[in-house]
Amino acid sequence: MPLERSEVEHIASLARIGLTEEEVEMFGEQLSNILEQFEVLNELDTSDVTPTGHASGLQSVMREDLAEDSLDHEDVLKNAPRREGEFFRVNAVLEE
Amino acid sequence: MPELNWLSIKEAHDQLASKQISSVELTQSCLDRIDAVEDQIQSFLAITPEIALAQAAVADRMLAAGEGGPLTGVPVQIKDVMCTEGVPTTCASRMLENFVPVYNATVVDKLINQGAVMLGKGNMDEFAMGSSCENSAFHPTRNPWDLDRVPGGSSGGAAASVASGETIFALGSDTGGSVRQPASLCGVVGLKPTYGMVSRYGLIAFASSLDQIGPVGRSVQDCALVLNAIAGHDPRDATSVAREPQDYTATLGQDIKGLRLGVPEEYFVDGMEPGTRKAIDEALAKLESLGATIKPVSLPTTRYALACYYIIAPSECSANLARYDGVKYGYSYQETNDMWEALEKTREYGFGPEATRRVMLGTYALSSGYYDAYYLKAQQARTLIRQDFDRVFQEVDALVTPTSPVTAFKIGEKTGDPVQMYLIDVCTLPVNIAGLPGLSVPCGFSDGLPVGMQLIGPHFSEDTLLRTAHAYEAATEWSSARPTL
Repeated sequence: MPLERSEVEHIASLARIGLTEEEVEMFGEQLSNILEQFEVLNELDTSDVTPTGHASGLQSVMREDLAEDSLDHEDVLKNAPRREGEFFRVNAVLEE
Repeated sequence: MPELNWLSIKEAHDQLASKQISSVELTQSCLDRIDAVEDQIQSFLAITPEIALAQAAVADRMLAAGEGGPLTGVPVQIKDVMCTEGVPTTCASRMLENFVPVYNATVVDKLINQGAVMLGKGNMDEFAMGSSCENSAFHPTRNPWDLDRVPGGSSGGAAASVASGETIFALGSDTGGSVRQPASLCGVVGLKPTYGMVSRYGLIAFASSLDQIGPVGRSVQDCALVLNAIAGHDPRDATSVAREPQDYTATLGQDIKGLRLGVPEEYFVDGMEPGTRKAIDEALAKLESLGATIKPVSLPTTRYALACYYIIAPSECSANLARYDGVKYGYSYQETNDMWEALEKTREYGFGPEATRRVMLGTYALSSGYYDAYYLKAQQARTLIRQDFDRVFQEVDALVTPTSPVTAFKIGEKTGDPVQMYLIDVCTLPVNIAGLPGLSVPCGFSDGLPVGMQLIGPHFSEDTLLRTAHAYEAATEWSSARPTL
């Protein structure tokens, strides 16, 4: 079932990605084609199957809680698009 | 100096250790080759000659003091998905065009500590998403065997640079075939180690349950030597597995008499090129003549792997790429004071089409109302795919398949249809889903283009895969073939 235009726009808003009109159309069609490929999974009876999150079998890896040096402030801010003193500068989050 | 850039790691090491050559000479030979052919190949996103020659001088001092190991003084290209301190690491994305890491990935530190020489950063599909290197935001890479064709992807730069003699070896990363498939299309050897074998600290994340770093080289032995250098537990990567260190070259040269090799019929898909099929059939006959027993096996869940992968990988990608918000690093849209508009424009302009497509797909699969139908279902399918492999590895020691159903295709040929592009990885995806090791070794040509044979084994069976591939390589001439440039 092809994705509706409104669904594509909804996904984009969840992903916080702006799309042009043409992209809404293109992704709508392409994502619908890809989703169609997923229907094959409905052949599988998975009612008693435990899901696998990853393949190594490791679970809840713990380590000693040791104090270590971490990156210094300047390094952390080195790639900041905007900074103010020792802080990342961002647009206002709260409305007036 | 005669073509030092074509030496194997072992040859380079022997000549370096015996002072026949210096690392500066070897490095300069690679830089000269880059000067000569890089216009055609374009396998690099950044070339770092000053760093390379400085590291080569350090390596020469190590060697003069009788220090160092097999990689000391040996040039490498690093895929641009691995962080390199002070050297831009872009992931072939506009989003990270100006990103300069303040630390090295663990694998990079390991190579540098052992005296390897970084020639530069390798081109790739943006954020390692793609099968052709055409999704690079900066430029495509060309296949050294035919410049009108793709080198494969996403580690296309790695495979093309090794195949064209620009470097001695390269590091790539493999989430669904991104080391093995380009290795196959460029006629070189590529190894995707077991999930957890190599630290991913400093590897920019795409799909965390699937990503793994692996070597690309011109021989099986080269890949074994690089694996020796990069494998091992890292406290900074909680998914890395603690194991006893192992010398992966130890079993090279041993025969494969009595080795049980399975051939899963499901990997010989419709649409497979006849030339590929022929090359694999001949390779199987060769393996049999070397003493292996060949047995048809079945992995019926193979038909679900593509769907399973293209739900899981984009879902994890959508979570991993959520970090690109234009605040801490990376591209940042600043023509507005509105927080949400800035975020949406940052991601709209920063991500290329494939990254956007996968973020959208993953967001959809994880969104309310669809999680069970897609993500949970795919994780259950993943269990069944794993169990299929577990069962078949009761009967055989390793599997033999084509690495890719097709040889290198024309640049632009498949960019319009994502599903066609995704289908190219049909033989490599299941390996990542199950976390297994996989290796691609050259096994012939089809219409002048390289064909790769994939070996797949149980978790941590790299020694078996390397030994098998090495025995095959020693009995054939394919790995010594070089493209004319």
